[in-house]
Amino acid sequence: MGIALTRAAQWTTASSGTGKLEITPVNESLLKEILEFVEQFSSRHPQEAKHVFKEPLQWTTSLEASDFKTEYDISGPSVKSQETDKDGRPMLQLTPPSISVHSFSQLSKIVQLAEDKRLNEVRACLEANRDPVAKMLGPSLATVEGEDSSVLRLLGKVKEGDQAKEAEIKVNLIILLQQLDTQLLSNSLKQISQEVRLSPAAVKNDVELLKNFCSEGEKRVLKSVQYTSDYEFTNGCRTPPWRQVHGEICYLVIQPCDTEPLHITCSTAGVFLNGGIRQEGEENAYDRTSDVYKDLVTLLKSKSPHFAENINKQDFAVQKEPPTQKIQHVELVDAEEQGQPQRSYEHQEKNVHEKARQQLVQNKPGGKKKLEPSLKWKNLGLASPYEEADDKKSKKNAASEKFAETQEKMQKKADFSVSLPGRQSSNKTKDDDFSESSSESEEDEEQPERRTESNTDLPSEYWQIQKLVKYLKGGNQTATVIALCSMRDFNLAQETCQLAIRDVGGLEVLINLLDTEEIKCKIGSLKILKEISRNTQIRRAIADLGGLQTMVKILDSPDKDLKCLAAETIANVAKFRRARRTVRQHGGIKRLVELLDCVPDSAALTEEQEKDVEVARCGALALWSCSKSTRNKEAIRKAGGIPLLARLLKSPHDNMLIPVVGTLQECASERSYRIAIQTEGMIEDLVKNLNCDNHELQMHCASAIFKCAEDKRTRDLVRQCEGLQPLVTLLSQADNKQLLAATTGAIWKCSISMENVAKFQDYKALETLVGLLTDQPEEVLVNVVGALGEGAQKPANRATIRKCGGIQPLVNLLTGTNQALLVNVTKAVGACATEPENMAIIDRLDGVRLLWSLLKNPNPDVQASAAWAICPCIENAKDSGEMVRSFVGGLELIVNLLKSTNKEVLASVCAAIAKIAKDEENLAVITDHGVVPMLAKLTNTTDDKLRHHLAEAIARCCMWGSNRVLFGEAGAVAPLVRYLKSKDSSVHQATAQALFQLSKNPNNCITMHDNGVVKLLLGMMGSTDEVLQEAAAGSVANIRRLALANEKARFPTTVPESEAV
Amino acid sequence: MVWNILHNTFGMTDDMIMDRVFRAFDKDNDSYVSVKEWIEGLSIFLRGTLDEKIKYCFDVYDLNGDGYISQEEMFHMLKNSLIRQPTEEDPDEGIKDLVEITLKKMAVRDENLLLEAFGTCLPDAKSILAFEQHAFQDTLEC
Repeated sequence: MGIALTRAAQWTTASSGTGKLEITPVNESLLKEILEFVEQFSSRHPQEAKHVFKEPLQWTTSLEASDFKTEYDISGPSVKSQETDKDGRPMLQLTPPSISVHSFSQLSKIVQLAEDKRLNEVRACLEANRDPVAKMLGPSLATVEGEDSSVLRLLGKVKEGDQAKEAEIKVNLIILLQQLDTQLLSNSLKQISQEVRLSPAAVKNDVELLKNFCSEGEKRVLKSVQYTSDYEFTNGCRTPPWRQVHGEICYLVIQPCDTEPLHITCSTAGVFLNGGIRQEGEENAYDRTSDVYKDLVTLLKSKSPHFAENINKQDFAVQKEPPTQKIQHVELVDAEEQGQPQRSYEHQEKNVHEKARQQLVQNKPGGKKKLEPSLKWKNLGLASPYEEADDKKSKKNAASEKFAETQEKMQKKADFSVSLPGRQSSNKTKDDDFSESSSESEEDEEQPERRTESNTDLPSEYWQIQKLVKYLKGGNQTATVIALCSMRDFNLAQETCQLAIRDVGGLEVLINLLDTEEIKCKIGSLKILKEISRNTQIRRAIADLGGLQTMVKILDSPDKDLKCLAAETIANVAKFRRARRTVRQHGGIKRLVELLDCVPDSAALTEEQEKDVEVARCGALALWSCSKSTRNKEAIRKAGGIPLLARLLKSPHDNMLIPVVGTLQECASERSYRIAIQTEGMIEDLVKNLNCDNHELQMHCASAIFKCAEDKRTRDLVRQCEGLQPLVTLLSQADNKQLLAATTGAIWKCSISMENVAKFQDYKALETLVGLLTDQPEEVLVNVVGALGEGAQKPANRATIRKCGGIQPLVNLLTGTNQALLVNVTKAVGACATEPENMAIIDRLDGVRLLWSLLKNPNPDVQASAAWAICPCIENAKDSGEMVRSFVGGLELIVNLLKSTNKEVLASVCAAIAKIAKDEENLAVITDHGVVPMLAKLTNTTDDKLRHHLAEAIARCCMWGSNRVLFGEAGAVAPLVRYLKSKDSSVHQATAQALFQLSKNPNNCITMHDNGVVKLLLGMMGSTDEVLQEAAAGSVANIRRLALANEKARFPTTVPESEAV
Repeated sequence: MVWNILHNTFGMTDDMIMDRVFRAFDKDNDSYVSVKEWIEGLSIFLRGTLDEKIKYCFDVYDLNGDGYISQEEMFHMLKNSLIRQPTEEDPDEGIKDLVEITLKKMAVRDENLLLEAFGTCLPDAKSILAFEQHAFQDTLEC
């Protein structure tokens, strides 16, 4: 405590005699600390308290004999304690007015006795004993600056054993005192650092500002402001160097309007009145005669009522210069000082402006030309409730503060605008000034506010979190739990906090805690990790630190809370691929699946069972996150997750169902899951949950159906479970785009079954779907258009689409770029084009050209789909031949698509060519583009779809010129014969037609005959398909005719007629 | 005997807390834990409800038994909970801070974790299980 007393305590500067402790806040808090220390000393350290001081502490006391009670011998005015040392001397002796004390226990007692006078007693004691340590423990241990070996020597003595006990106590005492000392020092340091530090620049600014106020006649606030010295040192000070060492910057003489001239000292510690310095040299004039103020304005405000009244009016009503300067000054000071107080000062200042301005505005519309200062200052002088409220607000969290502030500001702005007309009617010139400065300061205001927000928010939480992390690192279980709980009080959803935890190394500690045996620490840590892992950066950091491995291990813990938290945290972290892989590789999937095992839906659950359900829910959450990786889906299945999920699907609780259905719909991308969902009877549950009132759950259910309904049996099941109607009902939720996308997707896939289309027709789904063709996100559009495309397979629906005005938006969508959307749109347009009435509209909208240009799309799916759509268009358009020819380069384009390697593209293009070739002119053109050899080259395919359309195209193309011969020469005939062995009857029909055309050429007939076509064709002639019959018969007829002609040529008239049949 | 069980089976090592736990068991303050007291104490100790445990923990932490846990008592109990770093100016500051945090948290009773705010005085799940197994097996065998 010696160092604190010599350094930190502020002693009066008078050099003679005993120093006095000034009455300053620093000293006061020092005294209080010491007092507290002394007070508790004897109870905390009873042994040390009994140690007899080397020399008694003596001081002049205000205590009297009557103050002393038991344990003391009182004789007249003097008092002796009953407690004595070894030699029988009393430990306390009072002979008024002086008192001498020999031990801490007595000091404690005095402090207790002195009651309200105790602070004075401590002060008197310290003033009389400038180095109490030396007196207590002997001069060898007096406070010495620099290195001090006396304690070591004492320690040596302890070891020597001689007087060991005594020395040990002494060492303890020293340590205690030194602890107090450091504590005192650090406390006073804090206080000092909080105190205002003025700089010459700031003072100069202030003085300049004040000088401005002196000039004006009627409104002047000060008579004069003068420096005592005109000479300015290079460091900006105007005081003589020997005073500069005391931190004094300059001396001022300020003459206010209403009081005596004020002699003011500006020092780095603040501003105060002095003894009246006129010239240099009068030593005692430098002494402080008033309190210390933080700046000139505050001092003047307290000394001169006139100044206080007028200064703020000056600020914003009269001059434009001062306010900006003032703000400058505030910032300047701010830059030099650290910590909170300055900011709140700035804040207050600002509020003062605002408040005043508001007042001003309020006054104006009332028609008053001048302000009423007294009223205004009454409000200002006190800490108005407005300000207090504001202060409170600033303590709330940042988000709400910001909100409140913007609201406040908005309100203020509104105030201004409302009051504007009224103001204009009053004083014009003054108003202009005012409005200008107000808008200016409005801007000024906003900027620093934003700045302070980013400055204050970050550090304050940052430091607090850092401190807590320090406790986490260095604390035992108890301290750790407390720190963890405290950390949870921060707004962990806020990014600043999340990143602060990471940046101060908190994540490492939190993850390390998971490896301990302490369940409470683990729970606390996980609770924090769970929250902060919502942040993507934190997730990665957790994964990098190996947190997932530990959390997976925790899943084996018998503690259910712990399991839940671990699973939930995994659910948050496993949002990216590497994390999901880590979970799998460390056996996490299997463990998570095991969590699912519980009894989900019995009516009366025991507490334990309910916990199991909660564990299962968390497990499902984690699996949901993990199920986004294909390998994990497989792992979940292998771990036996599907039946467990199916069981949980029966749960009545939304919060359970959402992760379960979420997982299922995620996994439904795998065929094995789709089958399982179908066979385990989950469709029924999914449909049931479509009827719930939770949009998220409905969305996942619809999405699961969407994915599963690729399978026909599933589609039927959905219908049988009456799932189609709820899907249509959900279409009304047009605001929830995710839900809408899932619902329309499910409708689309379900529409693949014609029975379902009929149902949808009953529910008037198409009408609603057409309404969804505009202003929807693409993922919705894709599904809507897909559903329309499927629906339009039924003639009645095609008409419905037209009647609802669906054709135009569909054609418009042909100009899009989304591949999936284009595939569906072309399909839908194609389906619609099968109706001549629809075709007329499509033609008018130039839809065919749009379709044709999609053939240039690089995506083969789009190419194929467009080509398919073109077929009905050509079939149903009026003057289609003319239309096709009008597309410049269109025919070449489509012929060239025959070079594609995609079977679907080839099939669709063949189909389109078959349609195009109906027009002779166009057939001639495509022949010129070399369609024949290209088609011939394709004949070796085994794909029945392609075979069908290829045969069709060949049949059509035979109609021009020597194409039949060319096909024969290109070797197309023999493969075509083989098509007849295919199992697909549509292939038979087209092939028979092609053969019929080709058989008109003798060479082809020979080839066919060589390839054994007759037998096959004879079979075909027995078919029930008339077209096939006819074509087959025609072919055989042609072959036979050739044979007859041959016979005739060789053996005229000998051949019997019957053979020809 | 009590001492041994607390120390060995339930892993309580802090002497001060041990002393207080003993006193919490010793309802009539005769410095002996009677069979009745022991059984009643164990009942709370092992399978008490939350409220019973709260009451029990309070008794443990109320060092001087005056019905209040004072700031000094908190300080005393948390005294050793932080590792003192030699670099720190004030080694007690952290403890004081912890006391303050706990005081703040105590005002709102929502944190199960803070039941044993000032030191472990209840057994963890594992040792409960072990003890019960041990105890009931013995009875069965007898």
